[in-house]
Amino acid sequence: MYKYDEIDQAIVDQRVDQYRDQVRRFLAGELSDEEFRPLRLQNGLYIQRHAPMLRIAVPYGTLSSRQLHKLGDIAQRYDRGYGHFSTRTNMQLNWPKLEDTPDILAELATVQMHAIQTSGNCIRNITTDQFAGVAPDEIIDPRAVAEIIRQWSTFHPEFALLPRKFKIAVSGTRQDRAIVQAHDIGLEFYYDEQQKMAIKVWVGGGLGRTPILGSVICEHLEWQHILTYCEAVIRVYNLHGRRDNSFKARIKILVKALGIDEFRRQVDEEWQHLKDGPNTITEAELARVSQYFTAMPYENLPAHDAGYDSAIASNPAFAAWTKRSVHAHKQPGYRAVTLSLKPHGKAPGDITSEQMHVVAGLAEKYSFGELRVSHEQNVILTDVKLSDLYSVWEIARANGLATPNIGLLTDIICCPGGDFCSLANAKSIPIAEAIQMQFDNLDYLHDIGELELNISGCMNACGHHHIGHIGILGVDKDGSEWYQVTIGGKQGNDASLGTVIGRAFAAEEMPGVVQRLIEVYLRERTDEERFIDTVRRIGITPFKEHVYARQEDATHV
Amino acid sequence: MSNLIHNNAIVNDEWTTVTLPAGEEVVRKQAGKVVMFKLTGEQTCTPEQIAATVIPENGKIIVPLSVWLARKAELAPRLAKGELGIWLATHEVLESLIDAVDDINQLPIIAVFVERFADGRIFSIGTLLRTRYGYKNELRAFGDVLRDQLFFLKRCGYDSYLIRADRSAEEALASLQDFSQPYQGAVDETQPVWRRVQR
Ligand code: HEM
Ligand code: SF4
Repeated sequence: MYKYDEIDQAIVDQRVDQYRDQVRRFLAGELSDEEFRPLRLQNGLYIQRHAPMLRIAVPYGTLSSRQLHKLGDIAQRYDRGYGHFSTRTNMQLNWPKLEDTPDILAELATVQMHAIQTSGNCIRNITTDQFAGVAPDEIIDPRAVAEIIRQWSTFHPEFALLPRKFKIAVSGTRQDRAIVQAHDIGLEFYYDEQQKMAIKVWVGGGLGRTPILGSVICEHLEWQHILTYCEAVIRVYNLHGRRDNSFKARIKILVKALGIDEFRRQVDEEWQHLKDGPNTITEAELARVSQYFTAMPYENLPAHDAGYDSAIASNPAFAAWTKRSVHAHKQPGYRAVTLSLKPHGKAPGDITSEQMHVVAGLAEKYSFGELRVSHEQNVILTDVKLSDLYSVWEIARANGLATPNIGLLTDIICCPGGDFCSLANAKSIPIAEAIQMQFDNLDYLHDIGELELNISGCMNACGHHHIGHIGILGVDKDGSEWYQVTIGGKQGNDASLGTVIGRAFAAEEMPGVVQRLIEVYLRERTDEERFIDTVRRIGITPFKEHVYARQEDATHV
Repeated sequence: MSNLIHNNAIVNDEWTTVTLPAGEEVVRKQAGKVVMFKLTGEQTCTPEQIAATVIPENGKIIVPLSVWLARKAELAPRLAKGELGIWLATHEVLESLIDAVDDINQLPIIAVFVERFADGRIFSIGTLLRTRYGYKNELRAFGDVLRDQLFFLKRCGYDSYLIRADRSAEEALASLQDFSQPYQGAVDETQPVWRRVQR
């Protein structure tokens, strides 16, 4: 992975000093709340329900063992012994003290980490997919490009105070797993007809209270021009995006107001002045950064391992886990492994300090000391030998990291919601837990098959509920907590936004509602269909009827 | 003590900034909340305000763009003497300033008013003035200008900062040194780090 040189290190260290002084001035009363706000936000510090919340950047989801050990130590020392992985692959600490945050950032800087631009109205952490570099369907390893964008966007002076936050995702595979269409800018690598690598640029996607999938602004961009093109897009946005109303300030609103054609015209006009300028990426710079992302020193291994095959044959629990948690790899004899942070009945995405040390240890021993975080809020060991999978499983299982539910209904994506977040309409974690308990039978869960269930505690959509096959949204009705259900959302190349099925439900109804949706699916599905396919084929009406029929029965009895 | 920083030093302000007389400030609300920013291109002063703007007889003055546009004939001699600069607010359209003078470098000073700290349009305006329009003279930021914008303002081509009256310009000056090597090319340092140094 990328290693800092003195220049990178100096920037992070100087940032810690600057922030330490800002906190000092705030505590001394020299900065008002309102003035301190944008400053602390650009360092990842929110003031939340119980305490500040610190969001630590995990650029494009890549971590080293050393970094995860450090996060484990920090969570132990400055927090309550756990952290939370967010859908943007960052780590959040829910209980740090404001006075401690400069020290936390200083500790992070010792392992080349920071919280720069993890919140605030600026360019945020760049995301990609968790299998970058090992995916069999890879076009390019997107991490080098993501790192170049990270550096360029760090303290970009022109874009330090945008109308609203700005999120860029890069996909380097045929199957999009980075949700490029739900980002302010999405860069999708592909091969053109001449088999030349090109980028399709999406703009103006985003969920939140106005969910919109992005539009294609440029069909064919060459990699050299990524930075100057992004500059053109963001400049038009910075100058003309709305600043009067934060709910209408994302770039998607501007793109919609102008229309994609007019927006493209303005961007192209701007770009004519920037194209081929100094921020054009050189071959040399791409090569310099790419050298940190070359293939691991793999052994030459056969495509099969007898020990592994027999363990699967003889141990059903192990077999069930491999089915869900072990993923294809471009190198023969290796696999990527997802460790589940979704044990049934616990907050999705939470990881204890102890578990962080275990995972870091696993990566050290079995996966070249590196790991990834996924936007589904799990952690991944990218390079495990077939022959090591059994040992990995045993250790993971002993530490509550091997629930065989990856990609299944209980692999719930969930925001912190009302338990932690001051913007919430409703709690989300208890709903996730109750649904997980409802579907605790593993055979049943596997029979239901692939399903994405997403929960957000309010319309800000941190849990991506619009693109969940089943989406649950916390809503406020006269001061009490209710939940609205959508179905038919999907991430990926054929992304779609879900449709609301009808009136909202009380918390205690939710496991039953999901159960009813599943009943319709099980009744209607063909052999090959996943839940989402059935919804797309038959539409929402049968689901709606079944869910609300029961409601009616209940009230009529 | 002056609160003006110019070319990395605290200096006395030799310019008088001419402001429009107070007009009726319409408080706009949306969903019960006060609308805080002006939209790009929004017209915010009336012909009466422009006509009533008092121009000092002598000395160096920075006049509002709207006043310059409406009272060019009267003000042109001051420009010829090198005693007139123009200021615009972040919601005004930069191109109307560019079109309003034959040569932008006739202006010894351009000032940009930022009403709120969080309004980052000031950065793009500075960048465009320096890069697109080749403006070379003093470029000043004033309004809600605090130390934590300075580094960015400098990188976007500003060389003059009038720090908000209740804050220390001295402390603000120190913040210009917060970072040694920026990553990306911008106005002050056009080359990105990988073109400047062997990494
Ligand atoms: C508890 C503190 C949090 C607060 C105060 C917060 C606040 C917000 C707000 C206000 C938005 C909407 C922004 C907009 O639409 O312009 C948003 C969006 C988002 N948040 Fe959070 N959030 C928090 C935690 C999280 C967590 C834990 C995650 C990951 C699980 C997350 C992931 C996201 C994502 C992915 C979006 C983007 C949705 C979109 O595309 O518009 N946030 N957040
Ligand atoms: S979706 Fe709403 S409740 Fe959940 S974390 Fe985001 S802002 Fe908070």
